[in-house]
Amino acid sequence: MRYAGIDIGSRSIELVVLENQEIAESRQTDSGFNPMENAESLMQGMTYDRIAATGYGRHLFEIAYNSPTVTEIKAYAEGAKFLFPQVRTILDIGGQDSKAISLNDEGKIKKFEMNDRCAAGTGKFLEIMARSLGYGLKDFGPAALEARKDIQISSMCTVFAESEVTGLVAKGEDRREIALGLHSSAVRRALGMLKRISVNDSLVFAGGVARNPCMCQLLEKALERKILIPENPQMVGALGAALLAREIK
Amino acid sequence: MSDYKKMWADLGLNLQAHDALLSVLGKAYQDIYLAQKNRPAGMGYFDFVMSEVHGLRIKELLDEKAAGRKVIGSYCVFVPEEIALAGNATLVGLCSGADFATEEVEKLLPRNTCSLIKSSFGFKLGKVCPYLECSDMIVGENTCDGKKKAYETLKTLVPNLYVMDLPQVKSAEGRALLKAEYFRFKAAVENLTGVRIDADKLRKSIAIVNNKRKAIHRLMSLRKADPAPISGLDALLANQVFFYDNPARFTESVNKICDELETRIERKEGVFPKKTPRILISGCPMAVPNWKLPWIIETSGAVIVGEESCVGERGTRNLTADSGSTANELTEAIVDRYFKIDCAIFTPNPDRMNHIAEMAETYKADGVIHYGLQFCQPYLMEAIPVEKALESKNIPTLRIDSDYSMEDLGQLKTRVEAFVELLR
Ligand code: SF4
Ligand code: SF4
Repeated sequence: MRYAGIDIGSRSIELVVLENQEIAESRQTDSGFNPMENAESLMQGMTYDRIAATGYGRHLFEIAYNSPTVTEIKAYAEGAKFLFPQVRTILDIGGQDSKAISLNDEGKIKKFEMNDRCAAGTGKFLEIMARSLGYGLKDFGPAALEARKDIQISSMCTVFAESEVTGLVAKGEDRREIALGLHSSAVRRALGMLKRISVNDSLVFAGGVARNPCMCQLLEKALERKILIPENPQMVGALGAALLAREIK
Repeated sequence: MSDYKKMWADLGLNLQAHDALLSVLGKAYQDIYLAQKNRPAGMGYFDFVMSEVHGLRIKELLDEKAAGRKVIGSYCVFVPEEIALAGNATLVGLCSGADFATEEVEKLLPRNTCSLIKSSFGFKLGKVCPYLECSDMIVGENTCDGKKKAYETLKTLVPNLYVMDLPQVKSAEGRALLKAEYFRFKAAVENLTGVRIDADKLRKSIAIVNNKRKAIHRLMSLRKADPAPISGLDALLANQVFFYDNPARFTESVNKICDELETRIERKEGVFPKKTPRILISGCPMAVPNWKLPWIIETSGAVIVGEESCVGERGTRNLTADSGSTANELTEAIVDRYFKIDCAIFTPNPDRMNHIAEMAETYKADGVIHYGLQFCQPYLMEAIPVEKALESKNIPTLRIDSDYSMEDLGQLKTRVEAFVELLR
């Protein structure tokens, strides 16, 4: 049997197919202006016996495909457990939202937190900041890691932080140091969320932002422990949905 | 419906704005209430009440007024209905649960004021609330800072505002203040209606209000059953209509629903299947038509089995003792009854904490969702210790801060669904 999971987020859509407990296929595309259309073309030529949807667009998918749905919270927890059975805490920072999940000793969700309505500290925040400093998204983290000190950014709000950055650039500050400051600010936001659910050992960092090396390093330093990062951190939600598609009768 | 146009115009309502409000309300009621499955037949009464909430009920109030009764409007469950009724006045709730005339409101109130207060202003400024316009006296009370200060401004909009002071500490001095204020209120009602409130009248009004509460208690206790015989949305509606309807008719209608629910329970019938995750809501009051969170919860695979709220058990739970023989003794009994209300404006407020845990147990809730309106300091502040205390008893708890807008619908839905997933 082939089980598929689709994660329809506000920025991107991921699709994973599981066969014999292994990931047989995985694909990704942008959500764009018409996520359902893009989801459909992503699924072109993909075969599966059952599919479950998660993410922001899960209910649209449910209507169109009459498929079961799970929340991102549950999907990320399941996906992370599949990849790292020992996981007890999950941090997911995606394109426009972020969440922290803690599991109990049996691996059941105990508590979770989500960011509020604004994009502070999410992928969107880093993307806009990278652009205003003239970096490509891929170079942003590595550039920040080259900084010798970080310049504190006082504003968490994307709009205010952007004008703060413009001011610092005009003052002739080192771009890399500003970049490090921005990463620290995103990490502080994540730590705030983690503290509310209490961090346990074996923390998995997932979501697209986990591909940013500077974010990973700063988190490890702040938490004083090694964090686990999936090979494809943005696929964890779709993987979780595929695992749940298997369970649903 | 068009019969009422003249009545509304005579009350000074803005007909165009009022039509717009009624159509939004009608649509919301359709989508949220009438779309529910397996509703008790007795809810038909409430469907009727809601369809006539600005029509027939207002006409009744105006007829009462023509016959010499007075109408008193209130914003808080601390305003004692027994005293109003004994003085030949009808008490109606004025709190509202929808944003209206927001731009106008924000000229008078800071943006970071809770939705409940803003909405009360919006309904006045937009001229869309017939209850407010037909009130002979409007009672404001000094509870939270938001309301206290807002009444200073409301006074400039409604000439017949009467402000009641309230204690903030459950001490002997606090009780003395409440007592003094209830006696002052009694005199003000007598002054308004020209009726002397005596022991006999008080005994009668206490019986009427107690019966209304007893009917609600009966409804609440039937919700302990699994499967739940009535949805949380419908039970909330009964609690909301508590504030508008004719008390005797309300009591009768709720009791009739209870008879029906008892049969359902015997047949093991419910609104949702057995073992549906059960949720207790606790926090800020939900006024009509603020059905957002209960609607999200009950369309996310859970059922609400109780509401620790002023539009709910916090407001209705205690009865007033009727054993006094003089007007003074009976008024003291009223003071005793209301002084037990554990609103978050009291400090400290351990009774509320205990009541939430007790309700979670009584109604066999699997989890508690704490509902705080944005910018409501008293409840948002209490939410944190409430969450800690419940979690230390292994009761899963979700804290929600929201307002009347629909912007956060998607986010709330995800959080509630995830919470329900973890209760399974
Ligand atoms: S929450 Fe407090 S202020 Fe509001 S109605 Fe209840 S008792 Fe009154
Ligand atoms: S919800 Fe809170 S802030 Fe608003 S009126 Fe009630 S107690 Fe005051």
